[in-house]
Amino acid sequence: MFDWLIEPGLFANHSVDNALAVGAVVAVVSAVVGIFTVLRGQSFAGHALTDVATAGGAGAFLAGVAPLAGFIGGGVVGAAAMDVIGVQRVKGRDIATGVVLGAAMGLAALFLYLSATHSSATGTTQLILFGSIFTVQSSTLPEVFVLSVAVLVVVAIIGRPLLLSSVSTELAFAKGVRLRAVGFVFMVVLAVSVGLSAIVIGSILSTALLIGPPASALKVVGRFGVGVAVAMALGVGATVLGVVLAYDSFYWFPSHRGLPVSFFVVVVVVVEFGVASVLQRWRHARTPTKPRVANAGDPIGWH
Amino acid sequence: MFSNYMANAWISGTIVAALAGAVGFFVVLRGASFPAHAIPNGAFAGAAGATLVGVNPLFGLVSFAVLAALGIGATSRRTRNDVATALSLVLMLALGAAFLTLSSVYEPAINALLFGEILGVSASEILPVFALGVLCLAALVLLFRPLVFTSVAPELAEARGLNATLIETIFLVVLALSTALTVPVVGALLTFSLMIGPPAAARLLSSRPGRAIALSVALALVTVWLSIAGSYTFNLPIGFFVGSIGAVLFLGARLWGARFARPQQRVVA
Repeated sequence: MFDWLIEPGLFANHSVDNALAVGAVVAVVSAVVGIFTVLRGQSFAGHALTDVATAGGAGAFLAGVAPLAGFIGGGVVGAAAMDVIGVQRVKGRDIATGVVLGAAMGLAALFLYLSATHSSATGTTQLILFGSIFTVQSSTLPEVFVLSVAVLVVVAIIGRPLLLSSVSTELAFAKGVRLRAVGFVFMVVLAVSVGLSAIVIGSILSTALLIGPPASALKVVGRFGVGVAVAMALGVGATVLGVVLAYDSFYWFPSHRGLPVSFFVVVVVVVEFGVASVLQRWRHARTPTKPRVANAGDPIGWH
Repeated sequence: MFSNYMANAWISGTIVAALAGAVGFFVVLRGASFPAHAIPNGAFAGAAGATLVGVNPLFGLVSFAVLAALGIGATSRRTRNDVATALSLVLMLALGAAFLTLSSVYEPAINALLFGEILGVSASEILPVFALGVLCLAALVLLFRPLVFTSVAPELAEARGLNATLIETIFLVVLALSTALTVPVVGALLTFSLMIGPPAAARLLSSRPGRAIALSVALALVTVWLSIAGSYTFNLPIGFFVGSIGAVLFLGARLWGARFARPQQRVVA
């Protein structure tokens, strides 16, 4: 019945099963971590950490260490460096992230160059930059799963003070929240979550799922808990639809050259965001006096 | 190191460094690091697309960079700026990935676009780089006062009747054009390092705009020259040197500031 959408044999395919399972887990974790990232205005750090993690992954590849350790380790070191330089202070945050990102990309250039000269592995650059959900090894699945659960547990523990400090630093400070400590723990959680998704689905999708679904959810939902649920649903939906479309696209061109999963997932995420924006504007026109948290001007202070 | 075939590298590197130093000052001043990172990456997708349809990559670079700038400018009116930038970035990267799958470009070509291939700059490429570079610098000179004003005192500038959104969009387009020039020389990833490291260091060392811009350009020039020399001597990618020298300059300026400057009031964020 759904042959126009789902090509025959889709669910009999092992790599597709893996891709769907892993993609769904990562989408859920990204939605939870992402909603705080968007609220705190740390999208840049969230994206930069994927590139920092990638530099760690390239280093691990060169040193012959397990790539997962490289991705997570690189991300955590990068997050700590950003914290030390000043990601906590709103004014210095942008620069701190930028300087760490610049240094990490320099290292990535070096590592990729060295591994390209010293081994015959081709396609490493593209794999590291763009990632591929279809190349996930099933042996790494348990580790990915355990780390995902760990991230969710830590977020659950620091959830209340984190939310408070994300929405209003003054209020959180008055209530005795240790802003610096909470901010640092969140940066580490962000680094682990982003490193995880960067190795599993690539850096493009890592950022797309971290920022897109939560930003869309915050546009249309007022209550925090509902927002997290909607973000999860949007993220998982985009991942599944993207995998299915990528599988289909193999048959679209006469050359039998499928388009990458990342392309389709990103397109779905951006479409979701567009629909959410339209919905928000439509509602805003009907109830013009009610301010919405996600779009209340510039609360975190971009300028 | 100074032989004939290196001449193009030194000339184009110098133009790019001067431009990145000047534009980077405003990037740092306005807190626009994320767009400065996102636009070169979008430009990279444009170059990939241009090779797919068989057009000059510089055309793809310029058009995608400008489109990205306009897109970020337009979306950020309604959405948080960093979210708009993140989504524009992933959309362009995804397009780049799709273009690359369809066009089967040889991997070193991709690496050159991402990490830079300063030795690959040909004499015919220098003239457009120079012309666009002069154009961007002229735009910065014209926009100097409103750019500084809207960055330092946005409310006051608004009250004086300056259109902040328009100035932001024009600035992003200038950023995009200078980015498109820088990408073929130092690569998409390190265009960014050049626009952040030296200017951020310069800002820490001087609070007067004129002096900080001059210092920023000087530091960017030193970074690029040292990087070309290092890349030539040690046969390592130039991006590595640009990235690490930028970070070292920033750390040096931080230490210098902590040692010699008046202690600044710490703000609890």
